[in-house]
Amino acid sequence: MNLHELTIKKAHTLLKEKEISSQELTRAVLDRIDAVEEKVGAYISVARETAMAQAKIADKAISQGNILPLTGIPMAIKDLMCTKGLLTTCASRILENFVPPYDATVVKKLKTQGAVIIGKANMDEFAMGSSNEHSAIKLTHNPWDLTRIPGGSSGGSAAAVAADMCIGSLGSDTGGSIRQPASHCGVVGMKPTYGRVSRFGLVAFASSLDQIGPLTKDVTDCAMVMNVISGYDSADSTSVPEDVPDYTSFLEDDLRGMVVGIPKQYSSAKGLDPDVSEAVKNAVEKIQGLGAGCVEVSLPHTEHAVAAYYVIAPSEASSNLARYDGVKYGYRDKNKKSLMEMYKSTRSRGFGPEVQRRIILGTYSLSAGYYDAYYGKASQVRTLIIEDFKKAFESCDVILSPVAPTPAFKIGEMVDDPLTMYLSDIFTLSANLAGIPGISVPCGFSSNGLPIGLQIMAKHFDEGKLIKVAYNFEQSTDFHKKKPKL
Amino acid sequence: MKITKQEVLHVANLARLDVDKVLIDKFAGQIGTILEYVDTLKSVDTQGVTPTSHAIFLTNAFREDEEKQSIDCNSALSNAPEKEDGNFIVPKVINS
Repeated sequence: MNLHELTIKKAHTLLKEKEISSQELTRAVLDRIDAVEEKVGAYISVARETAMAQAKIADKAISQGNILPLTGIPMAIKDLMCTKGLLTTCASRILENFVPPYDATVVKKLKTQGAVIIGKANMDEFAMGSSNEHSAIKLTHNPWDLTRIPGGSSGGSAAAVAADMCIGSLGSDTGGSIRQPASHCGVVGMKPTYGRVSRFGLVAFASSLDQIGPLTKDVTDCAMVMNVISGYDSADSTSVPEDVPDYTSFLEDDLRGMVVGIPKQYSSAKGLDPDVSEAVKNAVEKIQGLGAGCVEVSLPHTEHAVAAYYVIAPSEASSNLARYDGVKYGYRDKNKKSLMEMYKSTRSRGFGPEVQRRIILGTYSLSAGYYDAYYGKASQVRTLIIEDFKKAFESCDVILSPVAPTPAFKIGEMVDDPLTMYLSDIFTLSANLAGIPGISVPCGFSSNGLPIGLQIMAKHFDEGKLIKVAYNFEQSTDFHKKKPKL
Repeated sequence: MKITKQEVLHVANLARLDVDKVLIDKFAGQIGTILEYVDTLKSVDTQGVTPTSHAIFLTNAFREDEEKQSIDCNSALSNAPEKEDGNFIVPKVINS
């Protein structure tokens, strides 16, 4: 038995039965990282000493009979969630040396469970990207084909799960940043409802769209992590005081009575790869075969989602990233004598090209004379997209679609063509604009062996239905059991 | 061209960025292409549509004005690029 290959559920059972210790498990994961990190590049930093110390504490708790679902489980954290005393870079030069004096709420929750923080995962700088190529620190490679991107922006979190370099991980999703890399790396990734999981201590990109969620080896693990990270937090004023169900209670074998919706606009989306189209079609048939009803739904404003998103997200980013001024934390160009010169030089040297491009785009959209035409208009189109979903969910429980139009593309293929890269977010970013939850679950492989994900979306706070449909589908297939050869 | 080099420079200045001379032309082209695409929003009829800033119904999060423990001065300054006597150091802003 290779311990690093365990799921959270299996590892938890073995820890509970004292068949293994957390120190053995953590050591196995660290050894795995040592063996494959050079090829995959999933981590910005690996917390060797603190991880082993946390494992030791977990073992002591377990020996006293105190075990919670994540006690002793090695978890990777995307490098934009604050970890007290551990470097948190956002994959940016401007935060290269930032060591947070506090934990993000989700990190605190993992620690309260006795989880082991194994390391901080690579990402696109400030979560801006769909390929991890915008990391200022390193490249992450797709474990299924090292010449390809892992997806982004939570590419390191997805690659680490796929390559068994952690047992589970956390990512964040602003326009598809959990679901798309999960799809490209053949793992399960969920973006919860906006407000379901606290954003306190998550470095902000676009505050009305950002949401933290799990990336795991299967749907059961996803439910287990959701149970830990969900819930109201008084430190996040947008967190919602809504009861959290036990998500593992949705891991049941019955889809009868469930109705799935297929958006008619999605099948005609430009650039949809035939392998993706086929895999998703097969998945829909499979889910119908499991007893679910199926209806066609209409999301008429789909074609405008990308344009609306690429006004709203950069606008919010341009405001959020104003805090990096070289004064309170992060990089500072100390050679500049005036305050203005110091600001400008610090920011231009500290931010990479994609971040600067989005700050300029956002500042332009918000500037005098353009606000109504850009930000105002996009916010109205956002309302129409939300109404589309409301109408669609009147006739179905969940919506099925592809996650990304193609399997993982080659590293370097799109790096100088931002618009084409943005357009590949078509299936995922509507969920962020509407604040609804979405999950990516493995549903097949392309002719050249690359993983393909199925996206399932539901109404606000209906994560349970996502878990139920995803679980039933997963249990009737074996895509999630396949491992990349490294 | 949807956005000129001068406009990019103007907006970059508003955002306190000193964009590399080499990058300006590239940015103007790329941002121009993105803005042209964004202009497709003009074809959507939004007459009378209320804009959305948050997709979830939110109310103001009020709490009692009680004193609570927050991070101490040393922790708050722990990442400061330049500091002295419990303060952040900034370049001189007022000429005497």
